[in-house]
Amino acid sequence: MLERVFLLLCFLPVLAAETCKPNTPNGHKVRLSIKTALGAEAYDWNENERFLFQSTMAYAMRNLKGENFTVSNIVVCDETPRVSFWFVVTSPNDPSKVVSKGEVEEAVRKSRNRINQAFMLSDSTLEFIGILPTLAAPVEPPTPTWLIVFGVVMGMVLAGIVILLALSFVQKKRKKNKKADVEEEEDDEGTQVQTAENGATRVDYYNNSFADDERFTHM
Amino acid sequence: MKLLLPNPELDLRIPSYADLERMEKETKDGPQWDNKAQYILTCVGFCIGLGNVWRFPYLCQSHGGGAFLIPYLILLVLEGMPLLLLEFAIGQRLRKGSVGVWRAISPYLTGVGIASMLVSFLVGLYYNTLIGWILWYLFNSFQEPLPWTQCPLNDSKTEFVSECQRSSTVDYYFYRVSLNSTTSIADSGGIHPPIVVCLLAAWTVVAICCIRGISTSGKAVYVTAILPYIVLAIFLIRGLTLKGAVNGIKFLFIPDVKELMKPTTWLDAGAQVFYAFGLAWGGLISFSSYNPVHNNCVQDAVILSVVTGLTSVYAATVTYSIIGFRATEKYDTCISDNILTLTNTFDLPEMNITSNNYEAALSSLNTSYPDVLPGLGIQTCDLQSLLSEGVEGTGLAFIVFTEAITKMPGSPVWSVLFFVMLLCLGLSTLFGNIEGVVVPLKDLKLVPKNFPQEALTGLTCVVSFIISLLFAQRSGIHWVTLFDNFAGSVPLLTIGLFEMIAVVYIYGIDRFNEDIAFMVGRKPCIFWQVTWRFISPLTVLVILVFYLVTQAQETLTYLVWDASSEMFPALTSVTYPSWIYAVIFLLAGVPSLAVPVYALCRLIFVCCRKHLF
Repeated sequence: MLERVFLLLCFLPVLAAETCKPNTPNGHKVRLSIKTALGAEAYDWNENERFLFQSTMAYAMRNLKGENFTVSNIVVCDETPRVSFWFVVTSPNDPSKVVSKGEVEEAVRKSRNRINQAFMLSDSTLEFIGILPTLAAPVEPPTPTWLIVFGVVMGMVLAGIVILLALSFVQKKRKKNKKADVEEEEDDEGTQVQTAENGATRVDYYNNSFADDERFTHM
Repeated sequence: MKLLLPNPELDLRIPSYADLERMEKETKDGPQWDNKAQYILTCVGFCIGLGNVWRFPYLCQSHGGGAFLIPYLILLVLEGMPLLLLEFAIGQRLRKGSVGVWRAISPYLTGVGIASMLVSFLVGLYYNTLIGWILWYLFNSFQEPLPWTQCPLNDSKTEFVSECQRSSTVDYYFYRVSLNSTTSIADSGGIHPPIVVCLLAAWTVVAICCIRGISTSGKAVYVTAILPYIVLAIFLIRGLTLKGAVNGIKFLFIPDVKELMKPTTWLDAGAQVFYAFGLAWGGLISFSSYNPVHNNCVQDAVILSVVTGLTSVYAATVTYSIIGFRATEKYDTCISDNILTLTNTFDLPEMNITSNNYEAALSSLNTSYPDVLPGLGIQTCDLQSLLSEGVEGTGLAFIVFTEAITKMPGSPVWSVLFFVMLLCLGLSTLFGNIEGVVVPLKDLKLVPKNFPQEALTGLTCVVSFIISLLFAQRSGIHWVTLFDNFAGSVPLLTIGLFEMIAVVYIYGIDRFNEDIAFMVGRKPCIFWQVTWRFISPLTVLVILVFYLVTQAQETLTYLVWDASSEMFPALTSVTYPSWIYAVIFLLAGVPSLAVPVYALCRLIFVCCRKHLF
């Protein structure tokens, strides 16, 4: 009995070493860009940070499957100065069995936010190669803003048009009444020539020489 | 060489000096300017339009930078100023709009006025469509984040829509969201509702500003003519504080003197001067006819020329400072992307490669791993090519500038300011346009005499709106380009030529000199005499002939944004279908031919009448 346990314990690290290597079928590559994300407050990648990663992944696996994943089930290897590494997840019941890629992906997706926050990083600075983050939907206000602005502008313009037309109508009426009063007082012959030359009050907006035109143009 | 064609009964058709003095003393019923400033501002607003912001800077940069200013300024003085004074003086003397003036000089010349009216109408149609697009962007600028910073997600929500992914958010927003453009002018694609709404807004704004002629538009120009200068100043200050602005200004103004040897440079400069001054549209003649008789039009012409020239240079500086900023941003992004790719591929520590040692690192990696590098997709980042990207016309305003604005902090404010400026520039040009359409309609007696001014303006705007629904189709952008290239080029040059011939050789240059002496107090000096008689008509004729020759030789093409083409995201060049030539003839040929055709018809009519009696 003791011998079997001893043998198993010896095999474990070997097994682990065999399952985790670059481009292993059930493994994932992780890449961290700490300096890009945090600048001056960047922390160094060391054993403690690796431990944090392992525990966060164990948490994610527990969240998904409910089994008692521990830190030793998350095997990390091939660390580079970039800060990138490969990891595989072994099953807690049978350390020789590796959890499938699909399940690991699902676990990461489910707890992505918590994993990011543990390292103070984001989807783009803590990358799981092969697991695409769900993109944020474009921000859209409930009523399209442009319709509101359009409504305001059109309202003002139409109100302006109505006011201008009303004003001009009132002005014309006043002028007509004034001219009618003036005509009654003055000499008939003189004013007839005057008004014939200047036309009706609506000529106000025509070019003055337009009236003279009639005398001169032959067509 | 005082050639003068016989022109009987001219004195009966035009007011004499005594008549003018009398009209001056009487209380005037017609429209008139409240003050001189209003007149100058209206003319400045008419001349300074969208072309000054998006055509001149492009011409400047593509024809040798600072060196382009030399042909531009020379032709401004030799071609633009004389024609300008000609239009001002003839309008002020004969006190009529464009049709009235030419009909007074000779009834056979009424065709010139009709041609001006047609050109003003056609140009007004597509110009207001541009205003509609500007309004669309303006309405959409009142939100944070701006809608052209985001791509929509595709159905599976894992990626952006492929068209947007492959090009850029601003391209996608302009060509797909705003216009939903089709890939060919023949493919109409149906009406695109947002553009209809914006066209409606554009035409109602124009209607309210022009509804009572210059009594309303004259008030509106205080805003529309002055605001662009203020906004340009704000953008200049903001632009100069951005990183990379100086690159843009250097790119613009570094002279390449070899370009001066090419005839196309001079031709483009001449054409630009012509269009920049709003000559031959009829609006300037109309505006001058409302002036007091003794207004100093010579001074006005010189002032306006100087202002237009300076504004073109000013706008070009601002534009290129912003373009320089955008190009530098893109260059930095390109370098950072490459650095990231290299760092990830070779698993180097972060910050090992920076923009300073990028070149050195790239070459050392290339020597160590020569077969890995080509497969990585490292882009070549070239600042010069980024500076010359898509910087003309609508591409400048709606793509390049909007992109630059998204990178400035507080982008909605800048966006609103920018589009309000473009709106003002376009509106003030349209006031002159509407004037050039409405006044001839009255002069030609096409409307009953007692028809109120408001109703005529309103009717013009309604009819124009309905016709401009052509541009609200999904293929609208191609129609706008077509109109831009053909409705406003050949006809204007032809009309300008006829105007000069009419005044100098049919009205009589001697009589014209005396008129100016009467109005201003001094005969125009030798400079004006030489330019009016020989230099300006010759320049316009040369430009016209060269233009016709070059156009006839090329197959006509236009650019489309086609996601299925290999050139995507760059625009693809497509040839026009054959029926387009009929449309081009309508746009360019009909106004140009209106002059001789009308003269011929009238000749036949008069001869027939004589024979019948």
